[in-house]
Amino acid sequence: MKFQDEFRDRALVQNMADNIRRMAQRLDAPVNFMEVCGTHTMSIYQYGIRSLLPENVRLVSGPGCPVCVTPTGYVDKALACAADPLNIVATFGDMLRVPGSMSSLMEQRAGGADIRIVYSPLDAVALAKNNPERRVVFLGVGFETTAPTIAVSILEAARLKLKNYCVLASHKTMPVPMDILTGDPELNLKGYLCPAHVSTVIGGAAYRPLVEKYHIPCVVTGFEPADVMQGIEMLLAQTLKKESRVEIQYSRAVTWEGNLKAQTILHQLFEPCDAVWRGLGVLPGSGLAIRADYAEFDAERVMALDVPDAVENPACRCGEVLKGKQTPFQCPLFATICTPESPVGACMVSSEGTCAAAYKYGR
Amino acid sequence: MCLGVPMKVLSKDGDNIVAEVDGVQKEASVTLLGEEVAVGDYVIVHAGFAISKLDEEYAEETIRLMREVFSDEDMV
Ligand code: SF4
Repeated sequence: MKFQDEFRDRALVQNMADNIRRMAQRLDAPVNFMEVCGTHTMSIYQYGIRSLLPENVRLVSGPGCPVCVTPTGYVDKALACAADPLNIVATFGDMLRVPGSMSSLMEQRAGGADIRIVYSPLDAVALAKNNPERRVVFLGVGFETTAPTIAVSILEAARLKLKNYCVLASHKTMPVPMDILTGDPELNLKGYLCPAHVSTVIGGAAYRPLVEKYHIPCVVTGFEPADVMQGIEMLLAQTLKKESRVEIQYSRAVTWEGNLKAQTILHQLFEPCDAVWRGLGVLPGSGLAIRADYAEFDAERVMALDVPDAVENPACRCGEVLKGKQTPFQCPLFATICTPESPVGACMVSSEGTCAAAYKYGR
Repeated sequence: MCLGVPMKVLSKDGDNIVAEVDGVQKEASVTLLGEEVAVGDYVIVHAGFAISKLDEEYAEETIRLMREVFSDEDMV
């Protein structure tokens, strides 16, 4: 398909690598660029992009996989929902294996809990409509790409006057963690490959405050290998010219202002809140809570979900991996105790997780 | 789960489309799109929703620029 194949052309990618190597010879010091999206991480491992880059251009994986940054405490709440026989828990498939403190949704499903995988949040609304005697709890995780789809599902449930649909919301928004990570001297980031599909919604302009605050180059970059190479090239070009701007490499899908309709629906239903990120802790204003007007669709308000404090496996380095400070290969559990079949941390669960991508492509 | 996939619109019925990639067909809603889509357009589908339209002209322009990377202008 023309929007994919041409961007996977090996010879083209190789040419771009040669060019990057030539540019990198003019750097005064090594640079660290962070690829924010899990889908970037996956693509970078899959196409062996790190091996094409010179030593002084390093790619660091960031916190852009929504499943991976979902804290254990959230999984524990989802498990508490699933334990109530009244509830059907509806979820995107990759939440199933995320470990909670004691168990996972997968294990609970094997034990008889009614947990259904859906492709679209609207499928969860249909489940509620077809099961009026049950309550459907949808696990709302994801970034600005997913939040509007969940918002539409709530509006649809309201239109159908459903009283048995609610969302356990744990949405997160993107520019905030980038701000925290840019300020971290240990990471010493010199540029961002900004999220592709999140940016279709929030627009390239959303990264301007970050650039103004830290003078760090930001390039909204697509997921195909040639996109990633071009994104790196554009970051290097800015670095060499001592510039810092937002640029949009992924112009075939992303505009400066983003998808205004999706933004409007998102803000109609959600308001900013503090949110816990696995590995990063509580980041003020980085989450999305359901507005009080729609309280009847908010699982946290519909049910009392008091769960004990979460227990994490202390050996898991997910936190360091999500901050880009360690690679999965530095984790003692990687590929031995922790595998995609029996993940210890969330980074091993989703195919976009750094540990899962390293397991599949990087060994 | 964050996967968004570029797909070609095969048919459209009100707010619902059927779109295709690599021989796989999926239904999606266009309620989140601010712009009109027509059969034959390309869209990015995420979690059952088209979230963005793909612009053919920009795609061609991007590829053209990539193929020019050896030109001197691009060497900064
Ligand atoms: S390999 Fe497993 S245990 Fe280690 S950091 Fe990754 S997810 Fe955590």
